[in-house]
Amino acid sequence: MPPAADTLRRTPLFDRHERAGARLVPFAGWEMPVQYEGIRQEHVAVRTTAGVFDVSHMGEIETSGPQAEELLQRLLSNDVTKIAERGAQYSVLCREDGGVLDDLFTYRLGPNRFLTVTNASNHEKDLAWFREHAGDLDAEVADAHGRWAMLAVQGPDARAAVEAIAEGELPARMRTAEVRVAGVDCLACGTGYTGEDGVELLTPPDGAPDVWDALLERGVVPAGLGARDTLRLEVCFHLYGNDLSEDRNPIEAGLGWCCKLDTGFIGADALRGTRPEQTLVPFAFTGAGIPRQGNAVRTQHGEGVVTSGSLSPCLELGIGMAYVPVAAAEPGTELEVDVRGKQRTAEVREKPLYRKETSG
Amino acid sequence: MAEASYPEDLKYHAEHDWARIDGDQATFGITWYAQDALGEVVFFDPPEVGASVSKDEAYAEVESVKAVSDVFAPLSGEIVEVNEALADSPEKVNSDPYGEGWMVKVKLSDASEVDELMDVGAYKELLQAGS
Repeated sequence: MPPAADTLRRTPLFDRHERAGARLVPFAGWEMPVQYEGIRQEHVAVRTTAGVFDVSHMGEIETSGPQAEELLQRLLSNDVTKIAERGAQYSVLCREDGGVLDDLFTYRLGPNRFLTVTNASNHEKDLAWFREHAGDLDAEVADAHGRWAMLAVQGPDARAAVEAIAEGELPARMRTAEVRVAGVDCLACGTGYTGEDGVELLTPPDGAPDVWDALLERGVVPAGLGARDTLRLEVCFHLYGNDLSEDRNPIEAGLGWCCKLDTGFIGADALRGTRPEQTLVPFAFTGAGIPRQGNAVRTQHGEGVVTSGSLSPCLELGIGMAYVPVAAAEPGTELEVDVRGKQRTAEVREKPLYRKETSG
Repeated sequence: MAEASYPEDLKYHAEHDWARIDGDQATFGITWYAQDALGEVVFFDPPEVGASVSKDEAYAEVESVKAVSDVFAPLSGEIVEVNEALADSPEKVNSDPYGEGWMVKVKLSDASEVDELMDVGAYKELLQAGS
């Protein structure tokens, strides 16, 4: 039985989820919709038309002040000085030993003002980490979680659906813009977690229901966290708690591209010159079965472990990501995955596992 | 997905499995409640014909996109047939849980076990008590 509802937090869209027939589950301390009509239908809607996810459980930290950039450069693995005003950047937050505390998107809202989006389960930990390391700098770290609800509108028709109810131009990919949507002042971000085009809309909490209703009226399909997970897995985006953890460093996780060691961020020294024994690879089953998190992996070069696994609704195959010995990371390498005692055959694949067919 | 239904002619097990008794054989499947809780079934991993199953023990797995669920045997016996059609169309478990969504046929080893199963009235009471 789920814990009593009063111990779980609810987003401003809770009654909209109930109305849409959601199956609500506890997730990182929140009561969140895992699905409405069905994970597969919602997944396909996002790949072919447009879907909207309530991701208001995700946290926000606002960092501002004359030395806000210096603080973030110290904390975040990427080169924060490269974020243009109104730009966005992905990075990880590391411990001194390189273990990953969270993976984050950071938006530069003004010359000295940044908004960082956290994973719900890590928000408090991240906030404490930010504050702990801000000591000597002239920068203010504020918990902005209560100020924002967040709707991710994703899919090939997502932008058109938002444009139809927006005053002002939507931001390009990896940019932000202040836009009025359905009469609500939003911070629109050209980002997402599905591999599809679209925007993420940060709205004041009391404005979120109006935006949600207007999107549904335009035919945008409510999509739950179940579809969000299968969509991100098909395009090999990491999920913190599955593919990333304090026990893994970003080099192992294949996130070396967002670790700019020369910026001297916390963890950079530990990562310099590390030669990981294992690395995260995408894989697909070559026969029956569905891999699940925690399944053991056998390769010719040693053992590994599945960190994310699911049926791919688009490929209709078992897919996943696993840490395997570096020597077994080449695409085409055969793997054997132990799914609750049954040995299933798989092979390492290129990223992303799912690639949109380009119209020709 | 089909509307909630619990046929009168079946026997029910508390793990949300049903048995249709036919002499010394029975057909097994999962109830409407079980398939609804699981969501769209995307994979059924059947046991082998000839395998023995024991009452109250898992004999197969059924999976949705997100979850794996054990399927429990309502009665003991030996599997004489599995529903091969579920390999290609596991969604039949959702659309027709008591018909095309059947899972296995079993030659029963102890007919007296049938008395321990619930009739439809008792099973509906169990569902009401749990919700």
